Amino acid sequence: MKLQTQTMLALYSIVEAAAHPDKQIAGPEIAEKYGVSAHHLAKVLRMLGRAGFLDSSRGVGGGYRFAANSRRLTLMDVIDCFEDIGRPAPRAGETQTDVGRAIGVVLSEVDAIAEATFRSITIDTLLRIVEKDRHHAVTKKPSS
Amino acid sequence: MTEPEAKRPSKIPGANPKGSALPGVLIRPVKPADIIGVIAIDTEATGIEKTDYWHELFGHYGSKRQQRFFLVAEVGGVIYGFIIGEVRDWEFGAPSCGWIFGMGVSSTKRLHGIGSALLGALFECFNRAGVEKVRTIAGRNNSLMLSFFRSQGMMAAPVIPLECDLP
Repeated sequence: MKLQTQTMLALYSIVEAAAHPDKQIAGPEIAEKYGVSAHHLAKVLRMLGRAGFLDSSRGVGGGYRFAANSRRLTLMDVIDCFEDIGRPAPRAGETQTDVGRAIGVVLSEVDAIAEATFRSITIDTLLRIVEKDRHHAVTKKPSS
Repeated sequence: MTEPEAKRPSKIPGANPKGSALPGVLIRPVKPADIIGVIAIDTEATGIEKTDYWHELFGHYGSKRQQRFFLVAEVGGVIYGFIIGEVRDWEFGAPSCGWIFGMGVSSTKRLHGIGSALLGALFECFNRAGVEKVRTIAGRNNSLMLSFFRSQGMMAAPVIPLECDLP
């Protein structure tokens, strides 16, 4: 499963903002952390603002603040704003042949599992996974 | 062959008010009188009243068995949640594993930590039974249950459930 770059940027931004709900997050800060263009990220942040997931404020000290419920907002809610992860419309030959239709059934199954996974993981749950991973990295003994 | 009778775990976290993480919530093994409350919660969630099924399930899981657990969450004498689990050996080829077969929390008490308390108590039962892995199955469209189990740290298992229509 591969998500588009702007979808990944959106997920990074939402999780960063949700991890610090009382803090204004500056776009350039996130851009630097993830090594992406601040210009590209700005567009993503504006879309997240329009979706109501982030509040923005201008001026000195301005930035973006998490505006959603992290226990309710799922990865799929964010992904939905940027791309349709479902399969593209079938091409000629796919629906006209029995092999094409059979492969379509399998691909639909894969899509359905992916969507159910994204829909079941809230931002809060993702933050817990981040925390667990961080804890694991700290406590992991260096191999001798 | 009969299953070995065993003492119920002497202490379940939350099984008494002092041990409960949530004030006023009592997590304890099910009693016959609780089944009405359990049926009401299940009916609310599924839209289908399955009275016979629940009485049969109580007979199976509600009695004192070492590897079967049927717990309820009681607040002020009212049942607001339940959870059912069982330790199964070599199920689908896997070593001893705790399976969660059923769970429900009244919609009026969701987001109050009752589900987490029930799951925590069941995990403790599984721990005492000596297993290290817990599994469950939830419908792909059941976002409520999937999100809940995910929020408790559960991840996709390395198994894929399969089905087919019988010819």
